[in-house]
Amino acid sequence: MPSNILHFFDNFWLAIGATIAIVMAYLSVNAIMLIWLERKLAARIQRRIGPTRGPFGLVQQIFDMVKLFSKELITPDHVNRVLYLIAPVMIFAPVMALCTLFPISATWVFHDYSVAVVLLLAISGVNILAIFFAGWGSNNKYALLGAVRAVAQNISYEIPLILSIIPIVMMANSLSLYGIADAQTGVPYVLLQPIAAIIFIISATAETNRAPFDIPEAESELVAGFHTEYSGMRFGMFFFAEYSNMIIVCGLATVLFLGGWKGPYLPGPVWFFIKVYALIILMMWFRWTFPRLRFDQLMKFAWMVLVPLALINLLITTFVLKLI
Amino acid sequence: MASRFDVVQDAESRDTYYLNMGPQHPSTHGVLRLKLHLDGETILSVDPVIGYGHRAHEKMAENRDYLQFLPNPSRVDYISGMIYNIGYCQAIERAMGIEVPERAEYIRVIANELNRISSHLLWLGTFLLDLGAFTPFLYAFDDREKILDILDRVTGSRLTYCYGRFGGVTLDVDDLFLQQTAEFCTHFKTRFALYEELVIDNVIFQERTVGVGVFEPDLIQKYGVSGPCLRAMGQANDVRKDEPYGIYDRFDFDIPTQMAGDCFVRSLVRMDEMRQSVRIVEQAVKDIPDGPFIAPKVPKRIRPAEGEYHFCVESARGNFGIYIVSDGSDIPFRLKMRTPSFANMATMPDVMKGTLLSDAVAILGSIDIVVPEIDR
Repeated sequence: MPSNILHFFDNFWLAIGATIAIVMAYLSVNAIMLIWLERKLAARIQRRIGPTRGPFGLVQQIFDMVKLFSKELITPDHVNRVLYLIAPVMIFAPVMALCTLFPISATWVFHDYSVAVVLLLAISGVNILAIFFAGWGSNNKYALLGAVRAVAQNISYEIPLILSIIPIVMMANSLSLYGIADAQTGVPYVLLQPIAAIIFIISATAETNRAPFDIPEAESELVAGFHTEYSGMRFGMFFFAEYSNMIIVCGLATVLFLGGWKGPYLPGPVWFFIKVYALIILMMWFRWTFPRLRFDQLMKFAWMVLVPLALINLLITTFVLKLI
Repeated sequence: MASRFDVVQDAESRDTYYLNMGPQHPSTHGVLRLKLHLDGETILSVDPVIGYGHRAHEKMAENRDYLQFLPNPSRVDYISGMIYNIGYCQAIERAMGIEVPERAEYIRVIANELNRISSHLLWLGTFLLDLGAFTPFLYAFDDREKILDILDRVTGSRLTYCYGRFGGVTLDVDDLFLQQTAEFCTHFKTRFALYEELVIDNVIFQERTVGVGVFEPDLIQKYGVSGPCLRAMGQANDVRKDEPYGIYDRFDFDIPTQMAGDCFVRSLVRMDEMRQSVRIVEQAVKDIPDGPFIAPKVPKRIRPAEGEYHFCVESARGNFGIYIVSDGSDIPFRLKMRTPSFANMATMPDVMKGTLLSDAVAILGSIDIVVPEIDR
């Protein structure tokens, strides 16, 4: 059994506080580093240099953060104030909660929930609500169109996402993320369930609203989509949430398909983060290579290709597991 | 009373609404404004509103003499300014009967075709940007930069050229220019494979463009569609072949045509046109003779005889016509510019009807409009 964070602290509230502090610190640093990574990676793909302030352009991100923090928070007159103000907070909260679920090594986990997969999917659903609050509350047609697209897209892609997780749960015979990672002895599930892995990574890209599925914020059509009316750090929260969401889906993919912390020679957490960031780089590579799909094509792809494929995969998995 | 900006709600129906796209919008290529009547994401009607980039070029022509107007045409369409600038010079030369030396004609062809390639490269980048692909934009600009550097050296400007003069060009080109141009052609021919791999063969690109924004044949006559949009409808129409001006009749090149008339074949036509332009440049660089670069005896005062003159050239966007009414004085009585973007853009209400919002952006990108050219 992995050790619980409660074992390190005798006081319950101290443990909670420590968890929040660790997650906040990690997500902030992570978002800044991912923005740097994305800029540098995009620059390399596009034969540019990218940011150059400070060593390897690392300071650029700090400046940008300072800029976002120091900007005036503008609340337009025509917005629905409650929804408008709650959305940036609401989009970030579930991401923070989800960060505590991942087992980063055989002994390092905040708390091992026995139904972590279900919990994760449930909490990540709140994300959609926040996007819709932002779009509806902004009282702007571009924002509303973006929000409607986001809701339709996220709900549609949640189905193939879940259908690609079910075979893994069946094989591991566990709903706990620790249990699933622990069950992958020797061969990671990506080799046993290649179709599920592909469906998962496509759906995960769509769930995080990243290119080529960045239709809710398609800047050439909808200006900035659901966050058109946001500025300053409120926009920064959406920006933050996007990169933090990448950590969640890539972390989930690592646990489900790549065996979590498992790997030779290096310690568990190192392997875990190597796998997570490799997947993130893959998602960034998608973004800078592909044009954007059209909205109806995207939905068609989910319902006509991914869902049937995932169902067939599920059926085959069921039969094979029964025979074994 | 409804104000000019009151396009928020549709008074007649609760299911449909108006969306004001532009004049400030990332993909209206400047200051075009589209009033879209939408049902969900389906476009019911489009009302293009133009004039935000109006600079009264035609009126300016009536207030200054022919030479003073020379810098203006390249500002009309700043993306392929060289073609407009030289086209204006050629119009005056024809009106005045000025002979242009051989070398100047060759220089003009090289400059024109380089400018056409750079214009098409800019189109490629921005079109892909409209479709959501950011990376090809920078690859196209990388190549475009090389052309701008070459032209910058001899003409002194990178965008709004004023290289033509009545009877020739401002400055002679040197051997380095010809060498750089030849090197560029060799380099650029190797890039087509890259663009095809990165863009044309991409599944998502084809999904987004095949069968989208089809121009119906009746639009040709209705609006006077020209240029790559027309050639993508199966019409081998090109001023360079139909009414050869300058020395275009000496070069061996084809007019690329496609039948489907959708966004995808418009892209193919433009890619092929860049190939043909490279062919023309290579022939011109090979054959360019020595000699004067400007006619030795150009009249000091440009006074076309009383009458009407019309001259058209093939710009990167289509048929660019200059119509001059002269009253025999230094100053044109009327100078009318027929710009291809205006005619091509006028088809938008017909073409965009029934498509989706995302398609509208793709169609607008694929017809390659330059908004100041529409407004003039």
